[in-house]
Amino acid sequence: MLNCKEATRLMSEAQDRQLSMGEKLQLEMHLAMCRGCRNFREQMDFLRLACRRFMQRRDGGDDGSSHP
Amino acid sequence: MSDTTLINDEFVAAVRRDMLKFAQMQLRDAAMAEDAVQEALVAALSGGRSFAGRAALKTWVFSILRNKIVDLIRVQSRTTNISALGDDEAGMDETFEALFKENAHWRPEARPFGWGNPEDTLREERFWEVFEICLNHLPEKTARVFMMREFLEFETDEVCRELSLTVSNCNVILHRARNGLRRCLEGSWFAPGEKPC
Repeated sequence: MLNCKEATRLMSEAQDRQLSMGEKLQLEMHLAMCRGCRNFREQMDFLRLACRRFMQRRDGGDDGSSHP
Repeated sequence: MSDTTLINDEFVAAVRRDMLKFAQMQLRDAAMAEDAVQEALVAALSGGRSFAGRAALKTWVFSILRNKIVDLIRVQSRTTNISALGDDEAGMDETFEALFKENAHWRPEARPFGWGNPEDTLREERFWEVFEICLNHLPEKTARVFMMREFLEFETDEVCRELSLTVSNCNVILHRARNGLRRCLEGSWFAPGEKPC
């Protein structure tokens, strides 16, 4: 049975690679009964989204001055 | 709009400021960041390209800067051992361990809580200040790996290869970075008024 600490490692790795079916199954079973880890996963997704958005803000159209 | 009105001093100064901030975050070295930005700007503006607008120009300049940063990281990685555990990293690992009980389940007070609607957060100008502070708060080597993955958008195996890390080492470092960033944001941005659930 997966514990929370192991679950956080899998959830981080899920940001970097496709988890195996076995890993997914174990993780989903754990998440089904652990709200803390469900929140952790949402937080991981949030970090990914924030990083993408951060880059878009940097080199997107936002140049700090008004467009003509 | 011609390039001469597009690229005025004011615009270049603003872009340069953003570039410096970005390079500095990745490289953690003011002189190296300065050089990378200068080279990228010269390369971008001397190419005789024309741009559809400022946004296109900025995207182009930043893509050159990314390559410059990657080159510098490659050179650096030959002389520094990224996987060596510094005091900062050891401290982060201790903090992480302290979030769990003996049985490796969350301590109630350390259990991650809901952060609400992401879009609401990302719209807040103040959030981005906190986000940058938290990124800069990560130990240098940890930040390097995380930013290559998330900002320079390398695949994880490429990051490992470029920095001569094993895959498991890479995973450990990325997990450390994500948890550190998560904890920092939770404490500095999401905590006030929020209740752990």
